[in-house]
Amino acid sequence: MIDNILGWLTDPVQWSGPDGIPARVTQHLGYSVVTLLVAAVIAIPLGLLVGHTGRGRFLVSMANSLRAVPSLGLLFAISLWVGPKIHGSLAFVIPSIIVLVLLAIPPILSGTYAGIEGVDPAARDAAKGMGMRGSEVLRVVELPCALPLLMSGLRSAALQVIATATIASSVSLGGLGRYLIDGVASNQYEVMAGGAMLVAGLALLVDLLMAGLQRAVVSPGLTGKFRHSGAVASDIASQPSTSS
Amino acid sequence: MSWVLDHIGEILSLAGQHAYLAGVPLLVGLLLALPLGWLARRYPRLYPPLIVGTGLLYTIPSLALFILLPLVIGTRVLDPTNVLVAMTIYTVALLVRTVADGLGSVPEVVNQAATAMGYRRVARFFTVELPLAVPVIAAGLRVAAVSNVSIVSVASLVGVSQLGYFLTDGYQRGFATELVVGIVSCVVLALVFDGLIVLAGRVMTPWQRVGR
Repeated sequence: MIDNILGWLTDPVQWSGPDGIPARVTQHLGYSVVTLLVAAVIAIPLGLLVGHTGRGRFLVSMANSLRAVPSLGLLFAISLWVGPKIHGSLAFVIPSIIVLVLLAIPPILSGTYAGIEGVDPAARDAAKGMGMRGSEVLRVVELPCALPLLMSGLRSAALQVIATATIASSVSLGGLGRYLIDGVASNQYEVMAGGAMLVAGLALLVDLLMAGLQRAVVSPGLTGKFRHSGAVASDIASQPSTSS
Repeated sequence: MSWVLDHIGEILSLAGQHAYLAGVPLLVGLLLALPLGWLARRYPRLYPPLIVGTGLLYTIPSLALFILLPLVIGTRVLDPTNVLVAMTIYTVALLVRTVADGLGSVPEVVNQAATAMGYRRVARFFTVELPLAVPVIAAGLRVAAVSNVSIVSVASLVGVSQLGYFLTDGYQRGFATELVVGIVSCVVLALVFDGLIVLAGRVMTPWQRVGR
């Protein structure tokens, strides 16, 4: 069985043309990047605003309750509803992208909100005491302190999007999910298993890249890397917040 | 509405199947995550590899895991066992960290007081640390339950029947009622699981209601 899968994966036929593995990977990444960008542009400012002002928390709980809706159901419902309203080749792509964006928003929104919410009130007060205006506090103090949770939100959103984009092949979206769905339909195990390995590999790779990005952008004062030279900043950050 | 009444038997039987595929892994996953989380807490050196390792398992998309599991455990592709095992893996992946952090949330002074009262390590774990970690573990379990119910419906793409059948069938026939019934049943099932966990968590932590 393994030999069949390896045979399929290493067959030169799979590595060229519009149905080839490189084209499918590019497609899959393309959908995922577009979706994440759109979701981030919506969810990050919203999360910052809700966290900073403390108003509109119902938005976060509303987005979170969306998670109880099965993603497969959301996908089929929106395709059935929006699909016929769009003409041409985009009819299959737009509904899927809408669903992917809807699914990516809750983790990013609640990550951003929780990050801002969890900022030590003492750090916030200190910034105000230094004469910073509200927007400066948000930009210079709250946002950097919120980055670890914001990035975790982005990471789980990315995984969610990659997984759901795979499922979206059942409503005719391209990408790596095609191998899984077509393989199941034609009962060719090596095709679905080969595709599944590629999807799993892609998800792992993206998660590792995002983890690296998280490390790179989060201030060393928050991660405790400064511990040897003075543990002040990290101690403040790791103290349980007493607010609310 | 008449469609729902005509198909009530089918809806209930698929809901039962769905609850089985999502619920059993939740219990088994919790039983597996307890010792793993304890290990991660007891030996801090094990914390990073356990958390990263289970985290990596969680990155594998559900459809891919359903298809790849037969390779590892030797089942057939359409076997519901694949779904049970996959959901258990996801549950463990979510809960190991929760259990470790939950045990970590128990104040050190409480542990010291229990030790001073003569509790040995095993008794202290089961009668002091674990009960005090219940609120954190229950919160993690709620997340796992809701996510399990959603993911199980994907299994209808590999021919394992549960409520997801209404989703695929409704879509293929362009029949919105069936699709909506599928979505609503899934949400209701998720809410039932959620409510049961909240209730169990309350029953197990009677001290949280004292003096309020």
